[in-house]
Amino acid sequence: MNRRQVLDLYFLEARSKLIDLAAFLDRAERAAGADDFRLRAFRAALTHLNGPAKKHGPRRAESVLLAFSDPTTAPLPRATAKGATGAWPGKT
Amino acid sequence: MRYIEPHAHMVSRTTDDYHRLALAGCCAVCEPAFWAGFDRSSPAGFYDYFRQLTETEPQRAAKFGLKHFCWLCLNPKESEDVKFAAEVIALIPEFIGRPNVLGIGEIGLNKNSRNELAVLEMQVDLAARLEQLILVHTPHLEDKLKGTRLILDVLKNDRRIRPERVVIDHVEEHTVGRVLDAGFWAGMTLYPETKSTPARAVDILENYGRERLWLNSACDWGVSDPLAVPQAAQEMRRRGHGAAFVDDVVFGNPQRFLGQSPNFKLD
Repeated sequence: MNRRQVLDLYFLEARSKLIDLAAFLDRAERAAGADDFRLRAFRAALTHLNGPAKKHGPRRAESVLLAFSDPTTAPLPRATAKGATGAWPGKT
Repeated sequence: MRYIEPHAHMVSRTTDDYHRLALAGCCAVCEPAFWAGFDRSSPAGFYDYFRQLTETEPQRAAKFGLKHFCWLCLNPKESEDVKFAAEVIALIPEFIGRPNVLGIGEIGLNKNSRNELAVLEMQVDLAARLEQLILVHTPHLEDKLKGTRLILDVLKNDRRIRPERVVIDHVEEHTVGRVLDAGFWAGMTLYPETKSTPARAVDILENYGRERLWLNSACDWGVSDPLAVPQAAQEMRRRGHGAAFVDDVVFGNPQRFLGQSPNFKLD
């Protein structure tokens, strides 16, 4: 597909998702309390959206996923929970 | 359109879903052993589960003309207790010769703990000794990158393991490259929120090529769509990919990988 075709197929959907993101941040900031590690990771991930393409082409989805990821390499001594939260608590 | 659903937890789905899969063109559904949403209280619970996977589900599927295959293992979410895991793993050889069993899976990691790693190594060893295919679950969300690295280390350190006989599932943009570069197959799971959307999965196909990649719904008891693979096929067509491309991704690729098991027969 050329860029025009991509925009024809996906622009309105992406626009809607972007507004949803903005509304989510508004909602979170209207609510009482402080940011936690999830929202801090979210704000950090947002910075990847409008940056320049990387040397080998646009890889923003990968950069956002990495922004939420545990970057460490050593196994945990023990699993104390089963679930995942979506953001690594130790990063922020 | 014909397709193979390579990863679906049908014990958690209604009979209506078998019907919908058949109507959508699915000709085979493959069911890895997984977590039931709660921890089983004894190895006997797994014994019954393995019977369900090898006896009951093939019968449910057959009512709609669907072939049902399965994978056996102890899932990573119940791998923290190594002694318990060893007792469950000891049950598997009794079932491995059943006609719908494809291999050992979905093994892997959940929270990337030392005990999970130890149990992963035990099950990789079992697969190697029994000369079975392997299906690997990679962790969720923030744990996926680290878990994928650890899993690749385990697999690459066992010289008996041939990468072309292992599929590493639930890859996303930040893990797919390292899985494919190491020679393994990669599975993309289509989940509404926590894994990949059809659009992102097709992006990955366009960026990495379709060799050694497959798509699955991994539908289970959580928020998931049993028809996610046909949805992704529609996404490919929407972008102008032809029928041969779509068929190769949703039917040819799983057939090529799963066909390495002598039990995978569609006729």
